[in-house]
Amino acid sequence: MASDKVMTFTDTNFETETRAGVVLVDFWAEWCGPCRRLAPTVDALAADFDGRVKVGKLNVDDNPNVAGRFQIRGIPTLLLFKNGQLEETVVGLAGKEDLARMIERHLDRPVETEPQEVARAQK
Amino acid sequence: MSGDRKVIILGSGPAGLTAALYTARANLAPLLVEGLEAGGQLMLTTMVENWPGFADGIMGPDLMAAMRQQAARFGTEMVQGDVTNVDLQHRPFSLMLSDGRVLTCDTLIIATGASARWLEIGSDRKLAGRGVSTCATCDGYFFRGRPIAVVGGGDSAMEEAIYLTKFASKVSVVHRRSSLRASKIMQDKAYANPKIDFIWNGEVIEVKDLDKGEVSSIVVRDLTTGAVQELPVDGLFIAIGHTPNTHLFRGQLQLDAQGYIITHDGTRTSVPGVFAAGDVQDHVYRQAITAAGSGCMAAIDAERYLEGLPQHMGEAQTVA
Repeated sequence: MASDKVMTFTDTNFETETRAGVVLVDFWAEWCGPCRRLAPTVDALAADFDGRVKVGKLNVDDNPNVAGRFQIRGIPTLLLFKNGQLEETVVGLAGKEDLARMIERHLDRPVETEPQEVARAQK
Repeated sequence: MSGDRKVIILGSGPAGLTAALYTARANLAPLLVEGLEAGGQLMLTTMVENWPGFADGIMGPDLMAAMRQQAARFGTEMVQGDVTNVDLQHRPFSLMLSDGRVLTCDTLIIATGASARWLEIGSDRKLAGRGVSTCATCDGYFFRGRPIAVVGGGDSAMEEAIYLTKFASKVSVVHRRSSLRASKIMQDKAYANPKIDFIWNGEVIEVKDLDKGEVSSIVVRDLTTGAVQELPVDGLFIAIGHTPNTHLFRGQLQLDAQGYIITHDGTRTSVPGVFAAGDVQDHVYRQAITAAGSGCMAAIDAERYLEGLPQHMGEAQTVA
């Protein structure tokens, strides 16, 4: 079901793939119900921001190093990087519109609106 | 005068999907808004052993996927996302979706369920995803070989505690009372588990360490003596029940003191044409099967209500 616009991050490629540009990483696992709920949203974001933002998933079972490095203690967790710097952390479920607004804020273009706090939905 | 849809259903747990199945089979072409927590609470469970018909149990997420498929098979249109606003004062009823679309309907079935409650002590929410969790099946994995605590004394708390012993070195159950509220079978399972111990009459008043941004301990007050102790744990799982997802309907539907929708004569709410099913109107049974049952009731109630509407009667007369 995952769209081909969604890439796969691993312990091996993480460093290189997040070094430049705006990158959204979805930490997930097979056994995580809420991660399944968030998957279509991540797919849609990947399609909407195709070419502007790298969107991908990182399986915490298979890639414990990255998950450990960012002290992931709950999934789904979304991390947003800009040029390798961690800029945003969203724990749990969030709506597509809220996430899109969050991503927009980190894209290089004139900012017209005040930054808004992203709604952090509970699981 | 009549809406875009005869029936709109809010929520995609057992209540919402069963209402969808029945209204779809009644040719009412229902539209179902899934909500942020799509699939409902069963998505957070593992093996469900009390859903009739599955002698060996079934995984919660698998059961929900099957229900969704069944509702879709008969023509339910599913919409991802949430509803941000409702107007139940005018007819047709209107809803605004999180993508900005506005939909109208003649009947509305509310099955928005209930979401996990937090302690509301500030530090618990701030450390969410940093060691504080309301979902053992999601986050237990991250606490392999570490000591953790579970707050609560009901069936869900025991289920979480037992599940978490698969990962944690030790699970301390903190409960406000001196005995558990959980069913006998769950109590026995928990007492028999060597990794679980109990802190009775305990109230969690603080989660540390906010500065480090991770859980290092919890502060527990003894409700009988007032004594305070600090318990070093790496994780805190909260299982103290649920609050109904009814904020959208406040001031438009009659709610009880806890915020649950008040229903009468089956699934009718205080507004004719609006029906409620599942945990959003039930703080007594709160089972998947009772939610599904009331979803079916709401579908039938909505169908009968539509049959009684003037324009429907007009159609009937034309046919006759």
